[in-house]
Amino acid sequence: MNLDLNTIWFILVGVLFTGYAMLDGFDLGIGALHLCTKDDTERRTLINAIGPVWDGNEVWLVTGGGALFAAFPNVYATVFSGFYLAFVLLLVCLIFRAVAIEFRSKQPMSWWRQMWDIGFSAGSLVSGLLMGVALGNIAWGVPVGADGEFAGTFLGLLKPYPLLVGVTTVALFMMHGAIYGVMKTEGALHDKLRVWAMRCIIFFVICAVTLTMATLLYVPHMAERVRGNPWLFTVALVNMLAIANIPREFHHGRDRLAFLSSCAAMITLMMLFGLNMYPNLVYSLPDAANSLTIYNASSSPKTLGIMLVIACIGVPLVIAYTVCIYWIFRGKVKLDRMSY
Amino acid sequence: MDVLTLARIQFGATIAFHYLYPPLSIGLGVLLVCMEGLWLKTNNPIYHQMARFWTRVFALTFAIGVATGIVMEFEFGTNWATYSRFVGDVFGSALAAEGIFAFFLESGFLAVLLFGWDKVSRKTHFFSTCMVCLGAHFSAVWIVVANSWMQTPAGYHLVMRNGVERAEITDFWQLVFNPSMLDRLFHVLCGAWQAGAFLVVSVSAWYLLKKWYLDFARASLRVGLTAGLIASLLQLISGDISARGVAKNQPAKLAAFEGLYNTESNAPLTLVGYVDERNQRVIGLQWPGMLSWLVAHNTQATVTGLDAFPPQDRPPVAASFIFFHGMVGIGFALIAIAALGFLYFRHGSLPERRWLLWILVFSVLGPQLANQLGWFAAEVGRQPWIVYGLMRTPEGLSKVVQANVILTSLMLFTFIYFLLFAVFIYLLNDKIQHGPDDQDLIPSGKLALPTELIHHPKA
Repeated sequence: MNLDLNTIWFILVGVLFTGYAMLDGFDLGIGALHLCTKDDTERRTLINAIGPVWDGNEVWLVTGGGALFAAFPNVYATVFSGFYLAFVLLLVCLIFRAVAIEFRSKQPMSWWRQMWDIGFSAGSLVSGLLMGVALGNIAWGVPVGADGEFAGTFLGLLKPYPLLVGVTTVALFMMHGAIYGVMKTEGALHDKLRVWAMRCIIFFVICAVTLTMATLLYVPHMAERVRGNPWLFTVALVNMLAIANIPREFHHGRDRLAFLSSCAAMITLMMLFGLNMYPNLVYSLPDAANSLTIYNASSSPKTLGIMLVIACIGVPLVIAYTVCIYWIFRGKVKLDRMSY
Repeated sequence: MDVLTLARIQFGATIAFHYLYPPLSIGLGVLLVCMEGLWLKTNNPIYHQMARFWTRVFALTFAIGVATGIVMEFEFGTNWATYSRFVGDVFGSALAAEGIFAFFLESGFLAVLLFGWDKVSRKTHFFSTCMVCLGAHFSAVWIVVANSWMQTPAGYHLVMRNGVERAEITDFWQLVFNPSMLDRLFHVLCGAWQAGAFLVVSVSAWYLLKKWYLDFARASLRVGLTAGLIASLLQLISGDISARGVAKNQPAKLAAFEGLYNTESNAPLTLVGYVDERNQRVIGLQWPGMLSWLVAHNTQATVTGLDAFPPQDRPPVAASFIFFHGMVGIGFALIAIAALGFLYFRHGSLPERRWLLWILVFSVLGPQLANQLGWFAAEVGRQPWIVYGLMRTPEGLSKVVQANVILTSLMLFTFIYFLLFAVFIYLLNDKIQHGPDDQDLIPSGKLALPTELIHHPKA
């Protein structure tokens, strides 16, 4: 592994998608848990807990997609045209949850609010599931022809392993969202979310353990690099410790540390994924020779260099104002007349 | 229908629907900066009330713009995978730059614009509004860079990679400032400013007709009409520059816009008419020599006609002609409407001229229609190329996608977008009927006016 431009962009695209998971993960999770309360004020509080930030969080996905297009156009083309229906469904879910946030509280009728609540919740839940299934397919391997085009079918994407990754992703986002919700709310809703967060943590831990076993048993190439470089096992160890630390911190009422542990779990999971995928971006099954790698699927070195300059200017700015926005909207949510 | 037709319909329909919203974000963004700037400068609470009301409208358009915008980024890959492989090196960079420079700026500061009124100082809030407006403009910059590269490719070379030819960057700044980019950016921005300004004009004129919220309506109308008139006049200049750019960079497109089949000097400009494609002629009212004059400022100048291009390299003439002339016609009408409204407003007699108020109410459709027609003209006029002169549209299609899959997604998007549009109109109408909030005339908390400015009733 030498640190050339292609590798740097492999890491950067990974960073963008990890940032997306950490940030949009909690608002998708809040969405998935939205129907757990029936009280209108509590539902509004939940939406307003993510109100000022969900839009910015989603930009991580848009920018990640743009970076993938620019840095690895062949991967973007193969995956997006190959996963056509799955991605159209994902778009529909993302559209519904986005407009539901905006529309829901604009009218007082209960049927109106109920309709958008369902749209928001189902959209969030299925978005997480589909992203997980897509990631699971990339890990498992998809049929790629010698011409670099996807050679499978839509139903072929619904294998047990990718579905397990999908469910795990939903569990992860729900846990992440529940902890975020606990941090942002108070009173009865806070107590309710505390119970839900504990359930989600248990749900996620079961999923994570199952997924780890399934990966080791059935997807050996996803453990190859760590097997070959035992010192990389530290990442797996940190991952396990981070996951174990979530219920511990949460139990002691240190919600912020529980949230950070959840972030650490996401980062290390993505690192494990990246380490074992490298240098492949799309692992081809059954013919591994057709895999799309960071070399045969990339843009020219000149473009990667230009993009790196753009990233070096842009990313610090993005981090600076993301921090400012989260700072301005820190603390518990209070509903006022500007709220959704 | 075949895959190509369906893929084009789907892309065209989703982008057309999406483009109802970004111009409003850009245009209203500028007006919000003006209103809030006036509020900071004059401390007149009516401007605060305006900024608050139009921010709520802005939020509504922004949400749908974002939701329908993500679709576009995905569709390059889903529908046009071969195109994406061919241009990713060039076109992808512009999209990534849009994400990192525009969308983050816009969405981050949007939070403060919408929810931060009581949380930050007046100046910080104004700064956030400016940043949202700037972000909206940046996104126009990068998307126009990307699209203009498809019209007038520059700063690239063609390379064989893994047995497939593709475009790669040679000079980033040449790519960004490709020959048509600045002209088209100016044109797109003027159109967006018009869209925002005429929305404000339309709602304010409606209030004047109904005699509701008169102070608010007059103040909004003043800002809206001023911005609308300036933007419409700038659009005239921009249109002239753009058309001359098209004549120079994409002569086949200009010939199609004007239905000019034969290369000729003293080329006529068609004022009203239509193209008889079978007999290759234009029927209608023509102004001899005017097209030559517009292109080269000389009535005897030669304008390239479609005969200079083999039939397989010509865009659809009748459609391009209609889209282009529709756009130009609306553009002139908007100048007339804005000028009349502005004059009578200055004169103080606008509220009595109900016919003009009604025209102003419906004027909101003008920029929207012209923006749509303009993009249709630009994109249909580029045909048969997806990247002008380099790649034909059918070559850009995804290889693995089947017709029934695109048809399914097309039906799905059509259904959802009709639903979204209905809800948008319903909620927009609701906001307009509800009107501005009286509370906003007495700003409180961090927004409170300096105490010496508060009017105390006489004891």
